[in-house]
Amino acid sequence: MKRFAGFIVKEFSHIFRDYRTLLILFGMPAVQLMLFGYVLTNEIRDARIAIFDPSKDAVTRKISDKVLSSGYFKLDRNLNSVSEIDAVFREGNVKLALVFEPGFAEKLDKTGNARIQILADASDPNTANLLVNYLTGIVSNYLISVNSSRVSQQIIPEVRMMYNGQLKGVFMFVPGLMAMLLMLISALMTSLSITKEKELGTMELLLVSPLRPAQIIVGKVFPYVFLAFIDACIVLTLGNLVFGVPIRGSVGLLLLESLLYISMALSLGILISSITNSQQIAMMISLVALMLPTILLSGFIFPVENMPWIMQVLCHLMPPKYYITIIKSIMLQGNGFMYVWKETVVLLFFTGLFLALSIRKFNVRLSV
Amino acid sequence: MRTILYIIQKEFLQIFRNRSMLPIIFVVPLVQLLILVNAATYEMKHIRVAVVDLDLSGTSRRLVSKFQGSPFYRVQSAGFSYDQARDGMQRGENDMILHIPAGFEKSLVKDGSARVQFVVNAINGQSAGLINAYSTRILLDYNRQLVMENPAEAAVAGIRNIQTEYSFWYNPKLNYKTYMVPGILVLLVTIIGLLLSGMNIVREKEIGTIEQINVTPIVKIQFIAGKLIPFWIIGLFELAFGLTLGKLLFDIPMEGNLWLIFLSASVYLLVILSFGLLVSTVTYTQQQAMLVSFFFMVVFILMSGLFTSIESMPAWAQHLDRLNPLMYFIRIMRMVLLKGSGFADISPHFRALVIYAVASLGLAIARYRKVS
Repeated sequence: MKRFAGFIVKEFSHIFRDYRTLLILFGMPAVQLMLFGYVLTNEIRDARIAIFDPSKDAVTRKISDKVLSSGYFKLDRNLNSVSEIDAVFREGNVKLALVFEPGFAEKLDKTGNARIQILADASDPNTANLLVNYLTGIVSNYLISVNSSRVSQQIIPEVRMMYNGQLKGVFMFVPGLMAMLLMLISALMTSLSITKEKELGTMELLLVSPLRPAQIIVGKVFPYVFLAFIDACIVLTLGNLVFGVPIRGSVGLLLLESLLYISMALSLGILISSITNSQQIAMMISLVALMLPTILLSGFIFPVENMPWIMQVLCHLMPPKYYITIIKSIMLQGNGFMYVWKETVVLLFFTGLFLALSIRKFNVRLSV
Repeated sequence: MRTILYIIQKEFLQIFRNRSMLPIIFVVPLVQLLILVNAATYEMKHIRVAVVDLDLSGTSRRLVSKFQGSPFYRVQSAGFSYDQARDGMQRGENDMILHIPAGFEKSLVKDGSARVQFVVNAINGQSAGLINAYSTRILLDYNRQLVMENPAEAAVAGIRNIQTEYSFWYNPKLNYKTYMVPGILVLLVTIIGLLLSGMNIVREKEIGTIEQINVTPIVKIQFIAGKLIPFWIIGLFELAFGLTLGKLLFDIPMEGNLWLIFLSASVYLLVILSFGLLVSTVTYTQQQAMLVSFFFMVVFILMSGLFTSIESMPAWAQHLDRLNPLMYFIRIMRMVLLKGSGFADISPHFRALVIYAVASLGLAIARYRKVS
């Protein structure tokens, strides 16, 4: 036991002496959370718009005003003809062109009908779709206000946004960031630290020492459990204090589930290091096999439900997806264990699977 | 010059003797394109709705059928208990509850207005915004339909109508894939360039072989050129390979001049490779190099406009983004491939890349020391 303690102390010194790595390990959650919280919003503000308004009458001016004061749009320029639009789009700044038909107010008065054309630069389809939605919404609202005195029957929608009243993006990102950072530290760092010993040849020294293989692995892994756990706490605290992301459920349960996820990631890291001998390969495997799925196939950035079915199947094979579901459920919806037991069982299963595989793969003797 | 050629030869030998290198060069782009492009979609389909219709009148049933008829919605369950539907949302089984209170039709006829409730799961703020927009649009259409069903009344009342028509240029079907592919190719070139070049020198440091090179008469410039050129070639090859895959698998449009793409790519790769070189001069182990590159890469990628639009970032972040080489190259790729922009259109971005390349290459050369 004393030997083992000594070994753990050695591992900690390894990590703490490498201040660059430490700086990044603890700086990363903070910087990324700030990025997600302040910089990355999917909500669109001040999209540049070009307006072609040949009649310049009271109604078109009123509509333009409504559009420009909505906060979604900012006037880039007024157009003199429709044919300019293509060139303007090609320059790349203007996302949308609003075209009123000539004699707009007059037509509206006489026939009760007038036409607006919205041209969107759909080389970015997501933004284009959102902007067109916003713009038609603004026109519809204008119509409602004009017609309200004349209409006899109207259904009024009452919208309630559950769990996240202000539609903050950071609510989605905190769980995702936790999953990503814990995976990075637990799986990537451990696999690198074990393969490094192999690459430098010091693994052999450890293997001939009186420490048992299991002790070596546990000793290598233990400091990273510690680091990962601290990082998780940093993200949770910052998210809560700076961005007001609530923790509605039990904190204890949340931390327990995080520990489970960390051990799953660690066993994955051990598995990776047991099948490769070089850090470069371990890193590439981790990047392709871990980071990509954690970011993209977990519902972190892109909702799983919208993907094609084959992708959804893939998503269900990715452990981070279950973890993200669990913490969203506990943190944001305030659910108890009864709501997440299925996902917990899946995580347990993955942990067991990876451990069993790596024990089978682990060699006491290094291949020559 | 001959010395450089020898170093390049040595590097290529080293790269290709590593058995895992070829899969990385060929499989990574394929996997990335297939997974990223298919996964990265914001399109909303199949919004799961739980209907709680407590009115069960003709009007309310028709409203529900409007939702059923829309391609965006899938009615998951229908019941008479709001609490049950709320519990379903708590368990994550539905995204929205359409709650029609009792006496809905009556109050519509009697008072001229009635209320329905949309309860939206807003954990994902963006989806919630879209769900709200779609639902409101359905309701507005229905409102208009209710009015128009009585045209005489509508004409008498002098109802105004503005028709909005919209068209989506360059991508009329709103195919998200064609938008993602160019950006993902940039990601691919970046990852390969940054990681391979960054790792390469650090590895020599860690194993100690850098000393052997340092004692040879090879001068600094030769060494750096010898290290950079192989990865520069591999990077350009990756881009060509990725473009081919994109064309074959996703039929991405190539409106503009491909030479323009490769011209920008060759400058961009210089930026990325010298950045990797810079990382390798300030770190001592591969683990460190990996973490440092990973850290910058994630920040660069997230701020590059690949997944979220740059226009919606706060002004200070947009200014900061001028330091982000990825942002320029992604813009160039998208502009040239999707819209067919010419050199004049991309020249501000191209100029920024050139400046960046000169600066980072200079810095990397200045930082590299033969004596450790």
